[in-house]
Amino acid sequence: MKVMEYQIQDSVLRIAFEGDYIKKNLPEDFFNLIKSAEFQKIYVDATHLKSWDSSLLIVLFELSRFCSRSHILFESKDLPKGVEKLLKLATAVEPVQNVSQNLHEGFLDHLGGWGINIYRSFLRGFHFALKNLKVYFSSFFQKPLMRHVDFLFALQECGPSALPIVSLISFMVGLILAFVGAIQLQTFGAQIYVASLVTIGMTRIMGAIMVGIIMAGRTGASFAASLGTMQVNEEIDALKTMGVDINEFLVLPKMTAIVIAMPLLTMWADFAGILGGAFVGILALDIPTSEFLRFTINAWSLKHFTVGLFHGLTFGFIIALCGCYFGVHCGKDADSVGHSTTQAVVYSIVWMIVATGVITFVLQRIGI
Amino acid sequence: MTNVIEAKGMSVGYGPKVLLKNADFEVKKGDVFIIMGGSGCGKSSLLKVLTGLMPPLDGRFSVLERDFVTSDDEEKLNLRKKTGILYQSGALFSSMTLAENVALPLSQYTDYDLSTIDELVHLKLALVGLLGYEDYYPSEISGGMKKRAGLARALALDPQIVYFDEPSAGLDPVSSARLDELMLEINQNLNTTLVVVTHELQSIFNIGNNSIYLDAQTKTITGRGNPKELLKNPPNERIAAFLTRGKAK
Repeated sequence: MKVMEYQIQDSVLRIAFEGDYIKKNLPEDFFNLIKSAEFQKIYVDATHLKSWDSSLLIVLFELSRFCSRSHILFESKDLPKGVEKLLKLATAVEPVQNVSQNLHEGFLDHLGGWGINIYRSFLRGFHFALKNLKVYFSSFFQKPLMRHVDFLFALQECGPSALPIVSLISFMVGLILAFVGAIQLQTFGAQIYVASLVTIGMTRIMGAIMVGIIMAGRTGASFAASLGTMQVNEEIDALKTMGVDINEFLVLPKMTAIVIAMPLLTMWADFAGILGGAFVGILALDIPTSEFLRFTINAWSLKHFTVGLFHGLTFGFIIALCGCYFGVHCGKDADSVGHSTTQAVVYSIVWMIVATGVITFVLQRIGI
Repeated sequence: MTNVIEAKGMSVGYGPKVLLKNADFEVKKGDVFIIMGGSGCGKSSLLKVLTGLMPPLDGRFSVLERDFVTSDDEEKLNLRKKTGILYQSGALFSSMTLAENVALPLSQYTDYDLSTIDELVHLKLALVGLLGYEDYYPSEISGGMKKRAGLARALALDPQIVYFDEPSAGLDPVSSARLDELMLEINQNLNTTLVVVTHELQSIFNIGNNSIYLDAQTKTITGRGNPKELLKNPPNERIAAFLTRGKAK
């Protein structure tokens, strides 16, 4: 049985609804037809309509909009009162102009906008870093606003809680370094130098880099997420309106904790990496334990060790600044927290690599 | 008139903490049913139970003549499709435009084709006065508009019952009155039953035709009926004080 019938008679489009008009798709053929047909009035008869839902409403809603656009008369008979009132309600407010018009910008506009955004975010990040480094160093001379419990909590997160993952990854990196080195060194019968390779590699750079990457993914992301959530919950706005300096109150405890923890974790990673190298050297390459130990001690130097620690310290600042910057500048919705967290990790790693390049270049120039 | 919700001996709370005990009440089809009471009386927790977000501690309740507590997951899902909910904040998905928010339940639970879904989205947004805002994201609109968009989403599947959690909270008086009017229009024209958790007196008297009062001290329902009648003949002092903003003591 047809629930909707229509015909054009004497310049009038007559539409009759019958029975149950429930869960029907929009009759697109009908709307295509009326767009091309000519008539001056639409007459809707709902005398035999039994029940209805929103699918009837959308037909009538579309018809009434079509009528008002095309200046065609719309008349109805026996429409259920609810339908009439809802139609009135739906057409009561004029649709607003859509915002999406500026979405269709040209390539040059897009490129320019991108460049300006990069420049502005670089400036903002630079100011943030400067301000927080100032707060950090001035905290040596005057009592900062930060709560000690926040600092201790951050230290726990950055230090002891991170030890297992740092140990495992560093051990594995030392092990891989030893295996890769051994393949080449064995061809010259010089596998004993695996100990020197692992010791210098881990202490000078690899230990610090591995800890940096782990801490960027673990702690930097956590800083960004927790500060971002505070931003979403308007806690940061509340602190600002209370006149509390968020750099001292929120960023400083996190930065202090990670700056303390990073060199310590780097030392631990050096040790775990050398242990990984020893595992390969002693068990797989059959190097006597005493020999491996002797070569390790000979290769270890305060210079490499200090360079490694300096890397760790620098990475600590970078991770804290990136994590806190993206957390504090997070948007106000749930998506922004995820976006900020990703940005914090990506930028931490990028800036750590840039810093490594700069430090390596400078140290090479001054002969360290 | 048939009961769309029926609760018998229902207790609500969290573990050992009981907020409401031995509650009996019925919501009739077409009612604008107000759940009212002071802060901490368990209004929102009762709503969580009714919407299936947490189980009752004791007792049972039925929704649309189906026992909700003992029904299996599939049955619960079917019942949920026949109900809608508007949360305090609107609870719109921030990564989706308003149109996508409203279209989500339609594309999940109906067989409508894309153009019908598109037209239904237009209609629902038009009903709440948001036609033209289809491509806006929730972060780009005001609090009142978020609530109206949330209502459009709640109405997407032509529900038989719509739950409201503090609909007027955070709205200015004009927006609040407009939302009340909209709720009444929906109740009268779509014959939808509304269950409203609120303590806004203006809204309670404007829209409610049936209510229960939850008493935080006795942890029971101490008043029921039309809010205007309750104001005329309050069953106890606490209800009188609540309905007169503490003036009647």
